[in-house]
Amino acid sequence: MLDKVLFYFFAGLAVASAVLTVTRRNAVHSAIFLITSLLATAGIFLQLRAEFLFIVQIILYVGGIMVLFVFVIMLVNLDVAVRQIQFARQKWVALVIALALAAQVGLMFWSSGKMPGQGLPVQVAAAADRLPLNSETVAHSLFESYLLPFEIASVLLLVAMIGAVVMAKKRT
Amino acid sequence: MMNAVVQATIEFLKLYWAPLLCGVVIVAVLPIIVGYIVLVERKVMADMQARLGPMRVGPHGLLQPIADAVKLLIKEDIIPDNADKLVFWLAPVLSVGAGLLAIAGLAIGPAFQIAPNINIGILFVVGISAMGIFGIVLGGWASNSHYSLMGALRSSAQLVSYETAAGMALVSGLLFAGSLNITAIVEAQRTQGIWFGLLAPVALFVYGVASIAETNRAPFDLPEAESELVAGYMTEFSGFRWSLYFLAEYANMIVVASVATTLFLGGWLRPFSEVHWMSFLDFGPPLLMVAIAAYCVMRAPKQPVRVQQLFMLAVAGFCFVVALVLAAPVLLPMLKPSLAAVVQPYYAGIHGGFWFLFKVSVYIYCFMWLRFTVPRYRFDQLMRLGWHFLIPLSIINVLVVGVALIAAEYFHLQGWAMLLVTTPAAIIALVAALAILAVDSSRKERERAAAATEFYAR
Amino acid sequence: MGPQHPSTHGVLRVKLKLDGERVIGSECIIGYLHRGVEKIAESRTYQQFAPYVDRMDYVAAVSNGLGYCEAIEKLLLVEAPPRARVIRTILTELQRIASHLLWLGTHALDIGALTPLFYCMREREEILKIFEKYCGARLTTHAFRIGGLQYEAYDTLEKDTERFCKDFEARIAEYEELLTQNRIWVGRTRGIGVLTAEDAIAFGVTGPVLRASGVKWDIRKAAPYAAYDQYKFEIPVGTTGDTYDRYIVRMEEMRQSRLICLQAIENIPAGPILAKVGKVLKPPPGEVYHAIEAPKGELGYYVVSDGTVQPYRVRIRPPSFINLQAFDRMVRGHLVADVVAIIGTIDIVLGEVDR
Repeated sequence: MLDKVLFYFFAGLAVASAVLTVTRRNAVHSAIFLITSLLATAGIFLQLRAEFLFIVQIILYVGGIMVLFVFVIMLVNLDVAVRQIQFARQKWVALVIALALAAQVGLMFWSSGKMPGQGLPVQVAAAADRLPLNSETVAHSLFESYLLPFEIASVLLLVAMIGAVVMAKKRT
Repeated sequence: MMNAVVQATIEFLKLYWAPLLCGVVIVAVLPIIVGYIVLVERKVMADMQARLGPMRVGPHGLLQPIADAVKLLIKEDIIPDNADKLVFWLAPVLSVGAGLLAIAGLAIGPAFQIAPNINIGILFVVGISAMGIFGIVLGGWASNSHYSLMGALRSSAQLVSYETAAGMALVSGLLFAGSLNITAIVEAQRTQGIWFGLLAPVALFVYGVASIAETNRAPFDLPEAESELVAGYMTEFSGFRWSLYFLAEYANMIVVASVATTLFLGGWLRPFSEVHWMSFLDFGPPLLMVAIAAYCVMRAPKQPVRVQQLFMLAVAGFCFVVALVLAAPVLLPMLKPSLAAVVQPYYAGIHGGFWFLFKVSVYIYCFMWLRFTVPRYRFDQLMRLGWHFLIPLSIINVLVVGVALIAAEYFHLQGWAMLLVTTPAAIIALVAALAILAVDSSRKERERAAAATEFYAR
Repeated sequence: MGPQHPSTHGVLRVKLKLDGERVIGSECIIGYLHRGVEKIAESRTYQQFAPYVDRMDYVAAVSNGLGYCEAIEKLLLVEAPPRARVIRTILTELQRIASHLLWLGTHALDIGALTPLFYCMREREEILKIFEKYCGARLTTHAFRIGGLQYEAYDTLEKDTERFCKDFEARIAEYEELLTQNRIWVGRTRGIGVLTAEDAIAFGVTGPVLRASGVKWDIRKAAPYAAYDQYKFEIPVGTTGDTYDRYIVRMEEMRQSRLICLQAIENIPAGPILAKVGKVLKPPPGEVYHAIEAPKGELGYYVVSDGTVQPYRVRIRPPSFINLQAFDRMVRGHLVADVVAIIGTIDIVLGEVDR
């Protein structure tokens, strides 16, 4: 019961924050609500006993990417953008497409529940002390099964960093 | 639905009432503790500056923090005109929240943990304290003042830069521990018999410097100092809001000191915890408290005012009681060996707590010592130090320590014998550090010469 | 940076033109402490004006008094007796040490070193106690009179001075230990605010600022006054003219002042302390310019007398005012955080800049 309530709390917080993010006029308020949404997602990770993902979500997403977003918002003068009307002509088209997508996803969930053995598996969570240690499991899979993609991803990040530094250096 | 919520709340309380209670106690008690750390800082500052510090409020100034807290609470709450009310309220809350939440992940003794046995222990503490950056950035923005915003952005840039170096330094320490779990780290130091600070001294040094920058302390406190016109991002906050920021800064200091103590200084272990003939060190804590008590008793008659005399005697009595509590788990097994097993957890808890707090205090004393001894770095010098020196040094240190560990495993070295491979590793890292410094200073000279001629040609 | 700022050492307003973080131009706006001292002089007798002079460079009042009294003595064509001259030298050198101590404490505080201020104040306190025992005042002393001294040296003056000088050597070593080799201090002061020798001479800069730029010019050696020609001391000279050199020059000057004091107290001649000048001073019509080496630089008095008891014009050449002109030259190209260091290193006192 506690699990359920916590889940609905975090999920509701995430959805509400996401809605608030896109409806605020003030960019900093949007950023704050995005942070809240990400924190709620991290809470769901924690609930699923995925502690490593929880803290990585906080360190990288909230502590890294959102800090960058907030920096940019503060350094860029957004008064002009705020006064412009953002959602001019595409409102209705967007609404129609969003409703169509929502209907498709809902249909998918409903019909998959009906089909035997093909729905979303609802498993019983293992007892916490029988779960393998979190960070160790992630580390094992990262460095044993997925070593090549890991290395490629890190080289990609390195290239991006070098590119950013080169572009930011002044022409002296 | 309400029924479900109530049921869930009851379940939560039944499962987690102990950590919740600890949390409430910490949130209630920490402001007072922080207030007394500030008093200690003022007394230490005075001692280093050949003066006495606060002496008026209460005997020897010991009620000064209470007076300061009351003053801050009754001050008028000024909000700048065009400030964003939501963010103005939220910013100090974020800072304090991050700091206090990080304290929840710490372990003062093997049994004193609010959230026992977190798998990601140290990472949790570091990650949550990284959220404090938002408190600074949003605070500077909400003040609706250009200088506050600049100060806030600078301060957060400084924090972000030194976080990388601190993290890499922690990684080198974690290589020895093999786990992120705080209890496991201290257990590893106990089984190895040597503190990881001795095995990875360069990492301890890098973490020390980075942690000073992380908490915005001197010599890295330019964003808070006079050049940013008063106090940087904290300028527009007054009264209780400012005290929240202040609380956050000192809570952060406690957090970084605790992380360094856990990872590098043996956590709650006594020095030479596994060496049995060194057990006489167990008498250190009670003897220290007895010495303090004796000193208070000796100085009591010399106090000018009766209240102060009584107070000194009260402090002496308190220290004596603490000494008894510390001595009991050590003396009882000596007198009646059958009690040894019963007393063991008390020994581990009480003495562990004492040693942990002692080491954290020494670390924080070093922070204060540095603040009053060295001048401030200019902001560009600060960033240069972080990026050009500390980050390369910490990365090299991780590599070198990794190689040393592989060598230790190959030669089956354990405990103190690992020093054979880690000391050369530390020396290599140090040589690399000096090389980086030399290259950097020569580049600085060239840059400065170029800049100077450019401006004097006019 | 407005008139009220923790680091402008008085009411100095500095307008900075910035390109991002770099200073590309500056303007000092002064006059917030202008009291019309020179105009007041025209309606006071020569003796009545003497206390006003202390209030200019209030940090080093004794030097101001020395310059003024010697200027009027030149006008009157009298010479202070030898005993008065030696005691004047001792007090002036102690005042130089006190002024440099205050400079060191506040300059270090601006750059972030919180502790040297308290150590410097501790030493300055000893000197101010000596002044208080001598003439009753600590800050605005009015210690000297035209023609010599009014007060005889009190009986333990030599002993107090000797004790202070003996302790002071170790104390200077303390300050040096905190600052001179400190990598952060060197980083904040080396190469900051460079003033070349040609620029220094062109701007008319004097005092430790000039000597740090490499020009060996000290009025105590070039045109000795009081009893300076009797003592052996060195003139410290810098090489590059940056803030670090000015720091080293002033530290060394404190040492040399200490040596002068020790030499002086060994042999204070006996005799009268006041020359025969009469109660009413009416110097013959004429003009005189007399300059001394004040702690901040060349402090000059240009006095024009028209034969009456009040001077026709007293023009004071304030070293801080003229040194401040070089501020713009020194600050260009530096960052805002260096501006505070450069204001501190010129060692200005607004009382003297504005008069």
